[in-house]
Amino acid sequence: MKLKTFKLGGVHPPENKMTADIPVVPVDIPKRVSVTMSQHLGVPAVPKVEKGDKVKVGTLIGEAKGFISANIHSPVSGTVFKVDGVTDATGYRKNAVIINVEGDEWEAKIDKSETLVKEIKLSPEEIIQRIKDSGIVGMGGAAFPTHVKYMFPDGKTADTLVINGVECEPYLTSDHRVMLERPDEILVGISIMMKAGKVERAMIGIESNKPDAIKILSEKAKDYPGIEVVPLKVQYPQGAEKQLIKSLLNREIPSGKLPLDVGCIVNNIGTAFAIYEAVQKNKPLIERVVTLTGKDLKKGGNFLVRIGIPAKNLLEKLGAEIPENTGKMISGGPMMGKAVNHLDIPVTKGTSGIVIMSEDESKRDSIQNCIRCSKCVSVCPMGLEPYLLEKLAEKDMFEECEKEDIVDCIECGSCSYTCPSSRHLLDHIRYGKQNVMRIMRERRQQ
Amino acid sequence: MNPVILYSVGALALIAAGAAVILFFVAKKFKVDEDPRIGDVTEILPGANCGGCGFPGCSGFASALVKGADNGDISGLACPPGGNETMAAVGEFLGMTVEESAPTTAVVRCNGTKTKAPSKLTYEGPQKCAIAHTLFSGENSCPHGCLGLGDCVDACDFEAIYMDEETGLPVVIPDKCTSCGACVKACPRDIIEIRPRGRKDRRVWVACMNEEKGPIPMKNCKVTCIGCAKCFDVCPPVASAITMANNLAFIDGDKCIACGKCIVVCPTTAILSTFEPPKPKPKPEEKESAEVTK
Repeated sequence: MKLKTFKLGGVHPPENKMTADIPVVPVDIPKRVSVTMSQHLGVPAVPKVEKGDKVKVGTLIGEAKGFISANIHSPVSGTVFKVDGVTDATGYRKNAVIINVEGDEWEAKIDKSETLVKEIKLSPEEIIQRIKDSGIVGMGGAAFPTHVKYMFPDGKTADTLVINGVECEPYLTSDHRVMLERPDEILVGISIMMKAGKVERAMIGIESNKPDAIKILSEKAKDYPGIEVVPLKVQYPQGAEKQLIKSLLNREIPSGKLPLDVGCIVNNIGTAFAIYEAVQKNKPLIERVVTLTGKDLKKGGNFLVRIGIPAKNLLEKLGAEIPENTGKMISGGPMMGKAVNHLDIPVTKGTSGIVIMSEDESKRDSIQNCIRCSKCVSVCPMGLEPYLLEKLAEKDMFEECEKEDIVDCIECGSCSYTCPSSRHLLDHIRYGKQNVMRIMRERRQQ
Repeated sequence: MNPVILYSVGALALIAAGAAVILFFVAKKFKVDEDPRIGDVTEILPGANCGGCGFPGCSGFASALVKGADNGDISGLACPPGGNETMAAVGEFLGMTVEESAPTTAVVRCNGTKTKAPSKLTYEGPQKCAIAHTLFSGENSCPHGCLGLGDCVDACDFEAIYMDEETGLPVVIPDKCTSCGACVKACPRDIIEIRPRGRKDRRVWVACMNEEKGPIPMKNCKVTCIGCAKCFDVCPPVASAITMANNLAFIDGDKCIACGKCIVVCPTTAILSTFEPPKPKPKPEEKESAEVTK
């Protein structure tokens, strides 16, 4: 059978999914956690607690501010130590609530039992409100507040819910493990999302390098009407929403439009699980599955981590240390993640993995001249011309960048990955994109 | 004579005459009345087109000057590279009085050299501050410090700023600096500031932009301002040039009398000057405490 995929561009980096067979284990709660207030895309949350306040697991500690923002709940019980800046994965200090842990007492409204609740009692509006209250954000990495996706602008409707079980980033296996270990919860979560979005059909896209996940979800999905599992050919960046919609439904999102404009809502597998917990168990988003991996770590692992626990605790749990030949530590996947200089950074809602790379593996080759091979053009999944955008951005020619649709770039990094001259294509394009977006914002305000 | 030659010459003459008539009328119809003074003022200006005045190039500034002169007010308009001399010449030409402004220069408000703020990681990305700034907090992990990739050097039209290979920091040559402000705009971390050059070229400034509480920046840099306010306390009341905000001291260049007292008391030697600071009286103790904090 010919597997579906997107036609334009794409690369296939070595998968290195070494931790795919390792079950998820919870990480012990340390004495102190730092919960940053900007874990999601959009406006940072406003701290609702002060020094000395007692919190339980699930207590609201950060309130969403503005339309695109998300609530933040305490992942532990204890006393608020202080509200102060904490260095996160960006390297900059962000406002955070630091909590001294005392015991593990949960808010009474949260159902801690493991029993599967299938019956969906809430109405669509109540579901969306619950998603919003529980601070659910996209668990794929970008951490876009989920409730915003379900608040349709007037006149717009969706017909298909697209669930992203692709996990196209090399190394990462957190979504894979969730699919294997929590298939029923995911499917109920998807049913909840279908009800909230008023759609009849849901498609789960899973790449063919996860045959066990495809098998288990396809079998279970027979009991859930409207949910279909679609195996996809392995190709990066299939997990990007535009590419995934193209792969599954052969619909193309026009430049500057959203999935809803072609009748789709796209959510991650991890988000489906989080929504199940929020709606059926009344449990806000306080933990997630994080992959810790690296070729030189003797073995990696998948961990269930409370938000705010420092990333180094994952290593401790593994009983490992940072290998001596480490060249780079990445928060997120190797293609789109962010290099960090220490592992004291707290895990956030968007941390899908920590990848530790050796010096040899992470070294960037020296830049050579562009040889006009146009490999970057052929791998660009958005049909852009990265070599041109790089040059234009380098020379600060932002008007021309805008004409060449630089804002359509999804920053997948396929161009930099494939460039035989190891040019810093994405770095410059991102720089150009940021400036063009700033110019466009200023123009709108005028 | 060959008639072909005659025809061609005749035809060309006709076309030329026709074009001349058209051009004559077009020139009449679309004539732009430009104030001749704008051209003359542009002549007086240095012609650097640096944009330091805030107008697009020298001719843009010249038309603003002429417009201002017509309205009877050119205060607030100044040519940074030309300085007072140029503005005086312009004022004379336009028949206006021009206020003298104190000469200014750019200063770099970071002293995180390679030894004082050592690198903790290696950055292999594009050598451009604007890009590095969005990616991480810098090789020395200071989120307020100089990234050392030289966007300011690229921005300078007057070769007044260069990178010191040894320290990894930009150095301003005050005699070449025209205070056009191009480097200030280029720096993504707002480290460069335009300050008065001071009497006899004596300047004092806090070479740090850190706004975090003491212990945090000290992990990254030995010469950070920790906001202890010792300088604030010693600043003579006649000057009271120092203000404290967000754990950071700032010396107002207009008020500062360059006495140098603050330089001596700074426990982290974060205050820099263009002259030798006065020797502290209890010499050994001061020295020691400075060493300890290092």
